[in-house]
Amino acid sequence: MAIQYISGKEPHAREKRLIFKNIDRVGFTPSIDSFLEDGGYEQLKVALKMEKSAIINEVKASGLRGRGGAGFPTGVKWGFIPPTNTKPVYIICNADESEPGTFKDRYILHQDPHQLLEGMIIACFAVNAKLGYIYIREEFPQAAIIVEKAIAEARAKGFLGKDILGSGFDCELYVHRGAGAYICGEETGLIESLEGKRPYPRIKPPYFPAALGLYMSPTIVNNVESLCHVKHIIQMGGAEYAKLGTPNNTGTRILCVSGDVQKPGYYEVEVGKVTMGEVIDVLCGGMKPGRKLKAIIPGGSSSKVLRADEKFKLKDGREIGIMDIPMDFDTMAACGSMAGSGGVIIMDDSRSMTWVINNLNNFYAHESCGQCTPCREGSLWMKKISDRIVSGEASPDDVDSLESVANQIEGKTICAFGEACSWPTQSFIKKFRDEMKGDCKPELVGEIVSDEGKVAAAGLAA
Amino acid sequence: MPAPEAAPAPAAPPPADLVNVQIDGVWLKFPKGTRMIEACKQAKKEVPHYCYHPKLSSPGNCRMCLVEMGMPPRPAPGQEPEKDEHGMPKIGWMPRPVIACANTVAEGMGIRTESTLTQEVRKGVMEFLLINHPLDCPICDQAGECRLQEFSVEHGKGESRFREEKVKKPKNVDIGPRVRLDDERCIMCSRCIRFTAEIADAPVLGFTERGSYTTLAVHPGKRLEHNYSLNTVDICPVGALTSNDFRFQQRVWFLTETNSICQGCGRGCNMETHARGDTIYRQTPRENNDVNSNWMCDRGRLDFHFVNSEFRLTDPMVKNQGKHEVTSWKKAIQAVANAAVGVKGEEIAIIASARMTNEELFFVKQLAKILGTENVDVIPRLGEGDNYLSAADKNPNSNGAKLILGSEPGSKLAGITELMSRGRLRVVLALGENLLKCGFERRDLEKIPSLVTLHILANASAELSQIVLPGNAYAEKRGSMINVTGRLQRMDRAVNAPGNARDTWEILRDLVVACGGSNGLHSIEDVFSRLAAEVPAFQGLSFAKIGDLGVPVLETDEKIPLLEREKERKAKGIIVG
Repeated sequence: MAIQYISGKEPHAREKRLIFKNIDRVGFTPSIDSFLEDGGYEQLKVALKMEKSAIINEVKASGLRGRGGAGFPTGVKWGFIPPTNTKPVYIICNADESEPGTFKDRYILHQDPHQLLEGMIIACFAVNAKLGYIYIREEFPQAAIIVEKAIAEARAKGFLGKDILGSGFDCELYVHRGAGAYICGEETGLIESLEGKRPYPRIKPPYFPAALGLYMSPTIVNNVESLCHVKHIIQMGGAEYAKLGTPNNTGTRILCVSGDVQKPGYYEVEVGKVTMGEVIDVLCGGMKPGRKLKAIIPGGSSSKVLRADEKFKLKDGREIGIMDIPMDFDTMAACGSMAGSGGVIIMDDSRSMTWVINNLNNFYAHESCGQCTPCREGSLWMKKISDRIVSGEASPDDVDSLESVANQIEGKTICAFGEACSWPTQSFIKKFRDEMKGDCKPELVGEIVSDEGKVAAAGLAA
Repeated sequence: MPAPEAAPAPAAPPPADLVNVQIDGVWLKFPKGTRMIEACKQAKKEVPHYCYHPKLSSPGNCRMCLVEMGMPPRPAPGQEPEKDEHGMPKIGWMPRPVIACANTVAEGMGIRTESTLTQEVRKGVMEFLLINHPLDCPICDQAGECRLQEFSVEHGKGESRFREEKVKKPKNVDIGPRVRLDDERCIMCSRCIRFTAEIADAPVLGFTERGSYTTLAVHPGKRLEHNYSLNTVDICPVGALTSNDFRFQQRVWFLTETNSICQGCGRGCNMETHARGDTIYRQTPRENNDVNSNWMCDRGRLDFHFVNSEFRLTDPMVKNQGKHEVTSWKKAIQAVANAAVGVKGEEIAIIASARMTNEELFFVKQLAKILGTENVDVIPRLGEGDNYLSAADKNPNSNGAKLILGSEPGSKLAGITELMSRGRLRVVLALGENLLKCGFERRDLEKIPSLVTLHILANASAELSQIVLPGNAYAEKRGSMINVTGRLQRMDRAVNAPGNARDTWEILRDLVVACGGSNGLHSIEDVFSRLAAEVPAFQGLSFAKIGDLGVPVLETDEKIPLLEREKERKAKGIIVG
């Protein structure tokens, strides 16, 4: 029987619904009954009869790359657990979906929690983790309730707990609630938070989670969507799964499109099988009437902005425009940005780039954890400078200062937040310098001096 | 003919686990596991840092120690690695700097501490640290020993381009009885937090808020009040944590530091006494990894104010018709000799102190010998030790007293007290102790025809004494002591004794001479040489050989709890040690 979707929320013909098969599906509820009717937990039964290493090999063969932002191969990550390990192994599902522009995991948690649980229990079995945590951001209170209920249902049916389905494998999953900090999405910050501490990311080396993670034990941290894919990899087989998408950019992924398009929303597509132009014009129904594309943030707010009229030179020598970029990991990187978390933010010609970067800088200044110097001091400084640019109280050389502050952060911090907060500023200034300087007042050059600067100047004059 | 079977070779020592590291172009060898920052230090290329401290875990948060680093690229299969002009594999430099504090050296690693990248990074971090700093150096206690100032000179920019409002934070925060907090000066290095959590087991400090608004604070309902709280002031690289006792008392650049030993207990924590002129302003721990690591207790370090006391004895005094009269040293010494010479030994007692130096105790022994008395002892002080540094023995030199006087401290006190109460003692010399505070009764002391007190402070026992001799305090003397673990340690003179007070050892020597003994000892070095000749444990030692860190002279099974834990953390690689 064909799957029916809620009217107005039907998937586009260009979509390939794997993970989002049950999202907006008529008659489908988050209950385990709904999931079981749909063939749920069958892959768990299959997996429990497999060799653990075989499961890891399937995931490796699938080419699955992490859907949280970094795009690291999931199977390789699982293989990092030291073979000599004697400590308990943990799996953490990173459900701290906080990257601005990203809203896919939330739908999985709300509408199809058992898909996540099944994938996660398979993952636990594969790496021999008897304990797993689902770290759900504070802003998803409903999701936490739904997932906890799902865990209880799964336990009642014997998919969790002791001796799962007679396999001899014990596994428990728990929900852990965040407290409203973006940095908890950073895996080592998340681990610290889970341990009850401030979520200060750990230095790497030595604290790579696969060796020294939760409670200094090997820990695998995977995104919600990534863990869901595991179930489908078992179902299809790694090699078959790898036929989805394009080489090295396999499978499907959910694009979260927001901004100035006719039909923003989530679209699950085969990786690399649709172009940016198709996302905008075909999936999203084009730009708003009478508007022109100005810029795109292609992979969550931390990814570098792309300008509408840019030309991108690829490794094979081809030169392509923004609309020709296939939505995959490697090409997006070659274009100087990243596929990141799949959050595509479309901006049209009505948008002030100064305003946009100020908005982002406000976010990052608010979310910097404050542990290490460059990010702690730099993020707020960037916000303050861009505050002034937006309010017309800046001189053109403030734009250059802003850029150099970002340069002073990038690559010097404990965690990737340093890049997350500096890349937007760097890329926006690089690509929209004239517009931003145009929002400044040339007559203010040399006029804006802090009190401290005035004191220093007085000293120099004396 | 088969070669004769070689005799099994003696097990060769394992090859030293050394790795080749290039620092600023020079190839050097370091033991595996050496932190990059320590390797650079050994290569005389000091890397600036704030949060790193060898005795604490390394969070890598200040980013000041970022340096350019490289490794030889892995050669393609079948390819030989490319060599440099030294025949070493060529280094592929990484585009991003790495922290030198928490990373360890590796074979073939290159470190550049002076490259453009490294210098640019330091400049950037320095600028970031200063933009929200109040720059109130003129009124900051840390000025002159502030890492922000120090590294500003070396790595800072000449002018500020910060045009924004600074972040406002709490100032003059009362976080404990001895430590005060200025949050605007704090650079969030977390050294204090780590000290309280890792060393003092009293994790009362933490950060609140986030980002640039991050604020150091005590946890609700808690205070920074443990007996090691002032160490946080020492390790604070800036002026965020200051000592209530020291703040606003003196500019640090006017202070002269003298190596000394804490007198508060038998641990003998190594310390520096900071003085300007003849006034002591503060005492800070001095690193000694066999005694106190980098730490000392608050009680010990603050116990110097009595040296500056207005109740110091400044002149020798002899009682005339019930009233003390100032006299000359010559007359005072002669008065003691007059009272003691000719008196039978068993009618004389000497109550000395285990707070005396070995050199002073040497003369106590000489004096007893020449006066023919065996009634010689020191006052024991047993209290409670803690699980850190503080020892139960509250005397700093019980081991010296035992070794030099040849008896267990306190073993003869009961006998002396008995003699005193029966009025059998005609002469009692109280050397460095206030007898009324040590269990002796006023009515017994009043029975002594000739009570002599050698002390530094005016007190009730001195008041009772016929002769009062003003000696010098620990900070005013040179000498040696043996701590509870059997370590011989040295202290130096930080300040001069007030008025006509003299070196205690010289007073004792003069007493020996006046009572018929021979002279010939004119310096502490001389006295120690005599001790070394007479005391087997000191054999082969001289005062100079004791050095700034002391030498072990006695076997004891005494363990130092704090140091044991540090050793464990070092073995686990958590700290450098």
